[in-house]
Amino acid sequence: MRVPVAWLRSYCDPGTSAEEIADALTMAGDKLERLYRTGVGDVSRFLTGRVLRVDRHPDADRLTVCRVDVGRPEPQTIVCGAPNVAAGQTVAVALPGAVMPDGTELREAKLRGVASSGMILAEDEVGIGEDHFGILVLPGDLPVGAPLAEHLPIADEALELEITPNRPDLMGVYGVARDLHAVTAAPLAEDPTARDAEPAGDDRAEDHVSIEIDPEICLRFTARVFDDVRIGPSPLWLKQRLVAAGQRPISNVVDITNYVMLATAQPLHAFDLDEVRGSRIVVRRAGEGETMTTLDDVQRTFDPEAALVCDAEGPSGIAGIMGGQISEVSSRTTRVLMEAATWVGPNIMRTSRTLGLRTEASARFEKQLHPEQAMAAQRLAARLMVELCGARMLPGTVDVYPNPLPPRVVSLRIERMEKLLGEHVEPERVDGILERLGFAPRREDGRIAVTVPPWRDSDVQREADLIEEVARVHGLDKLPTTMPSREQAVGRLTASQRLRRRVEDLLRDRGLDECITYSFTSPAAIERLRLGETPLLRLGNPLSEELSVMRPLLLPGLLDAARHNAAHGRPDVRLFESAHVYSPALPLDGAGPGSPGGASPARERHHLAVLLTEAAPGGWRSDPRPADFFAARSLLEATMEVAGLDWRVEESGRPFLHPGRAASVAAGGREIGWIGELHPLVGREWDARDPIAAFELDVDAVVELTSDRIEAYSDVTSFPAVLQDIAVVVAEDVPAARVEDIVRAGGGDLLGELRVFDVYRGEQVGQGRKSLALRLEFRAPDRTLTDDEVAERRAAIERELAGIGGRLRA
Amino acid sequence: MPDLQQLRAEAEAAIGAAERASELEDLRVRYLGRKSELTQTLRSIGELPPEQRGPVGKQANEVRRALEALLGRRTAELEAAELDRRLAEDRVDITLPGDPPLPAGHLHLVSQIRRRMEDIFLGLGFSVVEGPEVEYEYYNFTALNHPPEHPARLPQDTFYLAERVLLRTHTSPMQIRAMELQQPPIYIVVPGRVYRPDTPDATHVPMFHQLEGLAVDEDITLADLQGCLLQFARQMFGEDTKVRLRPGYFPFTEPSVEVDVSCFRCGGSGFVADERCPTCKGEGWIEILGSGMVDPNVLDYVAANGYDNERVQGFAWGMGIERIAMLVYEVPDLRMLFENDLRLLDQFGAGP
Repeated sequence: MRVPVAWLRSYCDPGTSAEEIADALTMAGDKLERLYRTGVGDVSRFLTGRVLRVDRHPDADRLTVCRVDVGRPEPQTIVCGAPNVAAGQTVAVALPGAVMPDGTELREAKLRGVASSGMILAEDEVGIGEDHFGILVLPGDLPVGAPLAEHLPIADEALELEITPNRPDLMGVYGVARDLHAVTAAPLAEDPTARDAEPAGDDRAEDHVSIEIDPEICLRFTARVFDDVRIGPSPLWLKQRLVAAGQRPISNVVDITNYVMLATAQPLHAFDLDEVRGSRIVVRRAGEGETMTTLDDVQRTFDPEAALVCDAEGPSGIAGIMGGQISEVSSRTTRVLMEAATWVGPNIMRTSRTLGLRTEASARFEKQLHPEQAMAAQRLAARLMVELCGARMLPGTVDVYPNPLPPRVVSLRIERMEKLLGEHVEPERVDGILERLGFAPRREDGRIAVTVPPWRDSDVQREADLIEEVARVHGLDKLPTTMPSREQAVGRLTASQRLRRRVEDLLRDRGLDECITYSFTSPAAIERLRLGETPLLRLGNPLSEELSVMRPLLLPGLLDAARHNAAHGRPDVRLFESAHVYSPALPLDGAGPGSPGGASPARERHHLAVLLTEAAPGGWRSDPRPADFFAARSLLEATMEVAGLDWRVEESGRPFLHPGRAASVAAGGREIGWIGELHPLVGREWDARDPIAAFELDVDAVVELTSDRIEAYSDVTSFPAVLQDIAVVVAEDVPAARVEDIVRAGGGDLLGELRVFDVYRGEQVGQGRKSLALRLEFRAPDRTLTDDEVAERRAAIERELAGIGGRLRA
Repeated sequence: MPDLQQLRAEAEAAIGAAERASELEDLRVRYLGRKSELTQTLRSIGELPPEQRGPVGKQANEVRRALEALLGRRTAELEAAELDRRLAEDRVDITLPGDPPLPAGHLHLVSQIRRRMEDIFLGLGFSVVEGPEVEYEYYNFTALNHPPEHPARLPQDTFYLAERVLLRTHTSPMQIRAMELQQPPIYIVVPGRVYRPDTPDATHVPMFHQLEGLAVDEDITLADLQGCLLQFARQMFGEDTKVRLRPGYFPFTEPSVEVDVSCFRCGGSGFVADERCPTCKGEGWIEILGSGMVDPNVLDYVAANGYDNERVQGFAWGMGIERIAMLVYEVPDLRMLFENDLRLLDQFGAGP
């Protein structure tokens, strides 16, 4: 909402600068977006002048050379191009050095050889109107050489205010003035809608038009009839207000409708009554596919939710949004039907959105105006119609208002207000604030019964709403600063949050960079991962196909990030992401309107994914370490160690992984993730070179599996451990994990740590076999182990190994 | 019987002339070994006449000790010289770079800011809770007092997966979920991803992060909200930061307030070195979040779990994590935060 400051001051003038007015309004909740200057710059170079004589320019047919008295000893010589300039006129003059509304500075100039020192101004050159055809001719009784600003509003400021959806009243200048009055206590001028015009004549409005409405889409429809209307330009003061508010002056009748809307927030529509077919107005819903051409010369097609204003033969306007061409006011109009109606806000909003047509009118109606505002607007419009268009107002208003709304009364408890705000406000001050805002407070025992004015009815319906009014006008800057007394609150992170932070820090410290990628991906990316069969959650209204499904795993986001970095000179990356993944759970269409009782509509799990295109960088004396399976596994091991989870890998492929270098991560009898090198053909889809290693873990599962973990002391210092290295020869296809299981079975309770530290293949172990070197740690909590005890375990291990065709190597 | 003094002189000359540790070993064998003249002399001392045994034995032992000492000294000298030679050969070009370190990794800017926020509110007694991003319309709108015709519900402003199922547009649905699970008092913050169908530009992306706050107790006031957010702002932006509440409007708070902090770049003056401050655009204040007292209608939706709006009251806020990250780190374009360009990410977040 753009509020011209001079106009605002005409209703409420706190005597402070525009900036201070803006600050006061901002702190009352009417936030300043921007402060505009309109009109000319420094007003001192703009004067009134009288044209003394007009001569033809010796070298240009369209130019004249004028001698203009601006109160100086010598008249100014000014070359003028306007066709309407004539001797004897009182005109507006800019002298050299003047700054025009567009910011340019006027200079002495020679025009076709004649020196011109100044300019005789047209409306647009002082920012009053848009007329540039001819010069502005001022009333002849103005003194010559007087500052122009004393007689014409040639410089103004305008406040662009951000209006919240609950405040339709602030979509009118008087509404803003009322808030300014409330916060500054500066006097408020009489409501411009307070007084009505005098009707004249014997025939009544209802003799000339009949009106029918659908009360579901129209709360009130009022119409007045004017005849003897003389269409013409509006006076300068009105044009200036419109221009300063960002509206284009058109003609007096149209300007009046815009002016009243800008003043009161209630939009109006003027019909040429002679063009209203059948002298009948019908408000109804559109038929499916019904069309109409609106004022902006666009043919619009409607659905049955749209509300139309029709005459006897068809639609003549979209209710509350835009009129049609059919009964538009024109220069030939002599009879005007003035409409002020109240529409259903949500309906207007919906139609406006559906048509993609947002207008000054719809922006106001969609916030829900009150039916009382329609009649108020009629009153101001009527006075202007009579005054500016010489019109006769017919007696009577055709007023269709089937369900009048009673005034709303809301009760306010002072102690409740203080308990909510945490500050004391004197009851007298509360009364004053409410009264200045137009509420009518009445003290009852311990309460204030507050009658809500119509223009605030949609916003103020409960005690909390009144408390807000008092708080914002009293001043939030006066609010004390306190802390909750809070007896039972202890801030903490959950086990899951602590684990995630720990793991994220661990990966960061191992040189990985955290990514945050979009939760949505494309079905094509899922196809490229060869996961086309995976059930996906699809958006009904995605921004694009690229962002149309919720990702079932984190990998594609990291691949995208790797590709982005490769394309920008960083092919070697170590990345991770920690975020949700999504898959369908319940049928989504089963949701009812009520509380789902804590249920979630989809299956969401928190995952952690790592992607490496290089394990470690090389230098001048070492090669880079490639991102192979074991590079990823090292990070997975570190992750699992901090999680404290017993886990293992199991041979199990994934369609997007290298078939020989892929595994499932398993724990507690469940699969909780995968690890592997990317299938070369999949990597190629992301323009990546081999090898790429990655893993992805279901962090929620890790948390579930470790939730009952208890960390306790075990005695490892009282008695020494016995370390033994053994070499186990087994067939090539026996996995190391199997050997570890067998060794552990043989080692029994006395076997503690166990780790493979070498793998050997060669002549000494024979074709098709390998030798694994293991370091074993034997210990007992209650004694020092004897050599015999350890030898016994070693023999047991040897027996167990025989079961899988293995043996100990000497 | 050899001339021990001559032997000593000869040996001392030989040891002094030796240039390698191996030569010294040979000399040790020759002069002090089992078969050496000196050892033989000492061994055969018993065969001498008794009056000669004492003087000869004493002299022989003196020679032996002197040679041993000389050998030890000379060995040490030669070893030191050899080590010096070897170390000289080991000389490296110390100006070459060191082994490539594993580069420092980085948390994403958004994670860093999220953690800083979480930590501040943990210190103020708030717990961190999280919730689903695929959400029911009920939790995202209805129970947050958005009337059925509220424009935020339209598909222009909300991603839908099915009728009444959507991607949450704010972290606020967790207000309801948390209050359904926990009776008052409740003090929580909710970090997480939220979604809106905005075509990406410098200030819009379809996915971003918020941190919601909710405190409901018997005596929580708007003044307490100001206190909590002042504590937050001071820790986040600096001890001198001031907080300003401005009236605002949100469907699920009443009264609603917008919260500004004094600009941490220009200190609230609006100017940096006589230029208009780029962070606050010369206003001196920066809007950082929307907030207010929990609307009684919202409490009505969870009244069955102890949230009687005549007995308990509280405040809630929601703030954009990216917005704060962009302000703090002066990142000019929101989209950059989700490209995961390491040239950007590597600038931040290796530290605590």
